[in-house]
Amino acid sequence: MQDTVAILLFVGVVAYALLGGADFGAGFWDLTAGGADRGRRPRHLIDASIGPVWEANHTWLIYCLVILWSGFPTAFTAITTTLYLPLVFAALGIVLRGAGFAFRHNALRTPEQRLYGAVFALSSVLTPYSFGAIAGAIASGRVPTGGNGNALTSWNHPTSHLGGALAVVVCAYLAAVYLHVEARRAGDTALARYFRDRGLAAAAAAGAVSVAGIFVLHSDAKRLFHDLSHVALPLVVGAAVCGVACILLLLTHRTVLLRQTAAAAVALVVCGWGVAQYPYLLGTHLTLDEGASPRATLQVLIVVACVAGVTVLPSLVLLFRLAGRGRLTIH
Amino acid sequence: MLTLDAVLHGLATAADEPAQLLPARQQMAFTLGFHIILVPFGVALTSLTLIAHHRGLRHGDSTALLLARRWSKAAAVLFAVGAVTGTVLTFELGVLWPGLMGTYGSAFGFPFSIEGLFFFLEAIFVSIYIYGWNRLPPWAHFWTGVPVSLSGIGGTASVVAANSWMNQPGGITMRDGKVVDVEPAKVFFNGAFWGETIHMLLAAYIVAGFTVGGVYAAGLLRGRDNRYHRTGFLIGFVTAACLMPVQLLVGDTIARDVFNDEPAKFAAIEMVPATDDHVPETLGGVMIDGEVRYGWQIPDLGSILADFSPSTTIKGLDAIPADVRPDDRTVSVVHLAFDVMVGTGSLLTLLAAWFAWLWYRHRRVPENRWFLRAAAVSGALAVICLESGWVVTEVGRQPWTVVGLLLTRDAVTTEGNIWALFACVLALYAAVGAAAIWVLRSMRRRWRAEGDDNVTVPYGPAPEPVAARPGPREQ
Repeated sequence: MQDTVAILLFVGVVAYALLGGADFGAGFWDLTAGGADRGRRPRHLIDASIGPVWEANHTWLIYCLVILWSGFPTAFTAITTTLYLPLVFAALGIVLRGAGFAFRHNALRTPEQRLYGAVFALSSVLTPYSFGAIAGAIASGRVPTGGNGNALTSWNHPTSHLGGALAVVVCAYLAAVYLHVEARRAGDTALARYFRDRGLAAAAAAGAVSVAGIFVLHSDAKRLFHDLSHVALPLVVGAAVCGVACILLLLTHRTVLLRQTAAAAVALVVCGWGVAQYPYLLGTHLTLDEGASPRATLQVLIVVACVAGVTVLPSLVLLFRLAGRGRLTIH
Repeated sequence: MLTLDAVLHGLATAADEPAQLLPARQQMAFTLGFHIILVPFGVALTSLTLIAHHRGLRHGDSTALLLARRWSKAAAVLFAVGAVTGTVLTFELGVLWPGLMGTYGSAFGFPFSIEGLFFFLEAIFVSIYIYGWNRLPPWAHFWTGVPVSLSGIGGTASVVAANSWMNQPGGITMRDGKVVDVEPAKVFFNGAFWGETIHMLLAAYIVAGFTVGGVYAAGLLRGRDNRYHRTGFLIGFVTAACLMPVQLLVGDTIARDVFNDEPAKFAAIEMVPATDDHVPETLGGVMIDGEVRYGWQIPDLGSILADFSPSTTIKGLDAIPADVRPDDRTVSVVHLAFDVMVGTGSLLTLLAAWFAWLWYRHRRVPENRWFLRAAAVSGALAVICLESGWVVTEVGRQPWTVVGLLLTRDAVTTEGNIWALFACVLALYAAVGAAAIWVLRSMRRRWRAEGDDNVTVPYGPAPEPVAARPGPREQ
């Protein structure tokens, strides 16, 4: 049963990585879009794409946190008492990002919009980096079961830096691909090209970070490296294949299955981490069995997830459909 | 000298408790207090919007439709801010209170998963509803707003379930300091659940209603006496005014429940030093060295209010074991907060009665300037009432985090400099709060100056392509 809850938790992590990640990535492109005049068109597309679905994407994080603290409370507090600094940074990013999102639409003059925009964009890098670093710390066993691990060294090591850097480039990559497809759909070829180039650059960066990651993990997180290269190998290979396929699709100007391929590449990487982690919650010192809540709580979580499946998912589909249709009418 | 004494006293108590305790409590109180102001607008402003929307569609009332449209946009801004401050609270539960989450997460935590479900639905349908203006068929659009209201109610109930469980924990089996079995229904529907939930839901509608009514009352005072302001005033104010007497009755019932089920909190609320019958009702006043000072005492009324008889015995603070007895300062805070809550609540009830009388006499929105002045500040009064109510329930639980099971000093983190974190949080929230107010005001200014189509909000798509015409960005 704890395995089921762990899978449900991981579904949330993957969804947040794909949907929240694309939002963070859009913020990254917003940050790098240049001055007010030059960056106007890409920023407008980013606004129009994110606007309607922002909150829904963001909610996956809440989902992950509540499942973690109800289902595996020991692991939750071990993480929060050890990694409180990156958590605070992530929360800071979320506050600024959310506030920027909430207020920017209403900013009247360009300097105000620039301020909100800069806040929104900067925090879009801070948050994924922090979450990546947290994942690196958990995966490499730097979070002791009893919590209160070293507040600095627990996330200042190669694996966490790798996780943070990978999270930032992967978010940028996802966003560029999604925005490329949006621009194509809207019939804006110049903008489509703009995001295609950025998508390719981000894909190359993600590839480079991943290759560097092989060496980092080999020296810094031996067990993780071992599991990734054994049980999780098919997922890692799958991710690489999807990544390459996505680059080929971008190069050959195809949009069929482009977003799906990009999403699959990222999802497979995240799943690879999950499989390599199994059956441990933290490093190799706390298993799912040991860390799980009593049975009744796990049952509640499974029921909640099932109810969410039949209520939230159709609503989400409706929202994305409507939002997609709306964007077509804008341009 | 008094301040010096307070400082020394503070240092003396700090010695046997973690240095993180005071800043963590202050930060939690501040962020909760901030978040709770936004909650009524996420929960209830959407319902007021739907009332206006329904009226607009049913009677072809374009004024009501315009109000609904603008309220939904204001609600969108507040909802986005509330979502963010709510997310901060979820982080804080882990970072500040690991003792609570680690040991009791399996019981205290799961209501939040149900809340998460409702919040998800709310977020999705807020987006759809905001998006739907002019894009969905009118009635279909109206119905997309209904899930927002319903999930607001469900979400509130879930969060309050977790909170009320801290007051009256049940449904768990402990062994060796660990929760080994959970009965979810008993955790969720704990002894304090119904009272607290209904109290909070009513409070949400009352705060939103008086605030909305107050905004238009201020407009009427400034001479904007038109249909738009009158309709806006009526929908908000009447909703709140109708619920206010109900809230008074519910509150009275809860106070008696607290007398029966949470005697320690009741002793602090009534500021009763020693168990006794014929307990007077103390209005105002503080507790110094275990004695009630200042304040105005009405003989026997405390006992009568507790159980309808002057001979009712009320357990005093002396009935609480000394090591878990709240100190004088805590008792004074709880008692005064309770007085403020009841006081503001009574004023608001009188205001509602005044409105009923004026309406009965004139059958129109009152023109009495003193009434309108009072109505204009009713929103602020309602917020004070809400805040002091939460102070009563949260501070009144101290020194416990989970009554009888977990002391707050054992729940708090032992890592990190929380004062520094708290300082950052204060600065950040001040900026966010100021920006939220500024944005709402600028929205109003632009509604007046430019009409509705130029004001875009979170969730809503941009009105027109930037290239096609000079939009807000260029101005």
